[in-house]
Amino acid sequence: MSEREVLELLRENARYSTADIARMTDLEEPEVDAVIEELESAGVVRGYRAVVDWDKLEDEKVRAEVELNVELDRETGYGDIAERLARFPQVKALRLVSGDYDFDMEVEGDSIREVSMFVSEKVAPVPEITQTVTHYVMTSYKEHGIELGDGDEDDRLSFSP
Amino acid sequence: MTFDLADRVQTVPPSGIRRFFEIAEERDEVISLGVGEPDFSTPWAARDAAITSLEQGKTSYTANRGRKDLRVAIANYVTDRFDLGYDPDEEIIVTAGASEAVDLAFRAFVDPGETVAIAQPSYISYEPGVIFAGGEPLAVPTREEDEFRLTVSALERAGASEADMLVLCYPNNPTGAIMTEADLEPVAEFAREHDLTVLADEIYAELTYEGEHTSIATLPGMRERTIVFNGFSKAHAMTGLRLGYALGPADAIAAMNKIHQYTMLSAPTTAQYAALEALSSCGSDVREMVDQYDRRRRFVLSRFREIGMDVFEAKGAFYCFPEVPAGLTAEEFAEGVLREQGVAVVPGDVFGAGGEGHLRVSYATGLSDLREALTRIEAFVDERT
Repeated sequence: MSEREVLELLRENARYSTADIARMTDLEEPEVDAVIEELESAGVVRGYRAVVDWDKLEDEKVRAEVELNVELDRETGYGDIAERLARFPQVKALRLVSGDYDFDMEVEGDSIREVSMFVSEKVAPVPEITQTVTHYVMTSYKEHGIELGDGDEDDRLSFSP
Repeated sequence: MTFDLADRVQTVPPSGIRRFFEIAEERDEVISLGVGEPDFSTPWAARDAAITSLEQGKTSYTANRGRKDLRVAIANYVTDRFDLGYDPDEEIIVTAGASEAVDLAFRAFVDPGETVAIAQPSYISYEPGVIFAGGEPLAVPTREEDEFRLTVSALERAGASEADMLVLCYPNNPTGAIMTEADLEPVAEFAREHDLTVLADEIYAELTYEGEHTSIATLPGMRERTIVFNGFSKAHAMTGLRLGYALGPADAIAAMNKIHQYTMLSAPTTAQYAALEALSSCGSDVREMVDQYDRRRRFVLSRFREIGMDVFEAKGAFYCFPEVPAGLTAEEFAEGVLREQGVAVVPGDVFGAGGEGHLRVSYATGLSDLREALTRIEAFVDERT
């Protein structure tokens, strides 16, 4: 139970201090540390990353969603192809999905050229891959549940009954 | 020449919050824990339904008692959540906020000179509402040692056995107190014994963090003497949309509706569409908000204990009610912490008898602001001890 609560808080904001998590869950700080350690060592929590609004920065990253179609054979399964693709550091996310195509792959690079080269030279030539469709991200409105707009002002009165 | 005001209006003093409001206006970077409404916006699905209704031109009056589909949805909701059974045709009225419903009840049931006992500290509108209706308010102070629950001894001490009506609000604004079924039973017995009409303001019912909310109207012999008030402001974060409702016996609701139809006509139509959607699809939004409040509640209670201020374990609404350290009144503390540290809290006396020496601290504010506000309160307290 406490594991679920701590996990939910980390998912909300991984930078909550141990002390704050303890206050919010009525656990002791060492217990919170133990739960987090357990989540990490069991591989439930795989990492902590910042959610970035690239529009706010000068040196924007180029990101693309790439649809991949594959043809399997007797020796090769989805897992084999995925393993091969996932090793490239340019691949930020890779998911097998239902629908018109097989894999949904997120790629990130410093320039359109870099991403295009990666797809055409490293991904497309993989023998089982029959088709790639690359969609460059133009603007992002929401990432990881966080809206990237300017946010709403709190326009409540400072006192109300 | 001064305008000729009605006596019953002049007898009601201006709200005690007003002065603080002016101080807060003068100062920059105030973090407000003085707010009695959610920091969340109305769930998007409900806002979207309101927008769609406007696009479709649904801007006329509705039935006086509110749209039938909404009353049916309310009837189903209160049955599911609180085990309350009311007929949508005869026993439910939709109003412009629960506040309107409370006012209707005072005007419909209180004859001039009748006594209305009010469990305090409480929301600030009951006393003026009784006076505007020509009744005599009777304060029934609750105490911290009872965790601000209403007890029979509190009722007896205040002389409530002579009253005609009893008003109670649990989960409570401003203390955050709740009352379980076992807590309510003796109060219900007192009401039956002394033939009191009961107004149960249950606007914070969804915001109950330990156990389930029990409505006093579900206790034996209580339904026929109780009006239950609820609405969409708190749990569904719809304060500005102004939508509430009252549940009660058919003749009582008919009397309230008589006043409502000559004064309000019908509750805001756009808000009724939002409310209907809120009941049909926003349950998970409500649960998410309740989870958030609960975390903040635990955070704030922990911090007050760390600071060394006494605070009882508030289990409902979105308030806690810490005790002001010795040497200061609640008013002095609230003014000092606002002027020196820029944190707005409300002195407990504003909410009537039993509130003195306490502060109402609202945790309907994001965690980062709460964290900062508590740090500032800690600095204020440290300078004085």
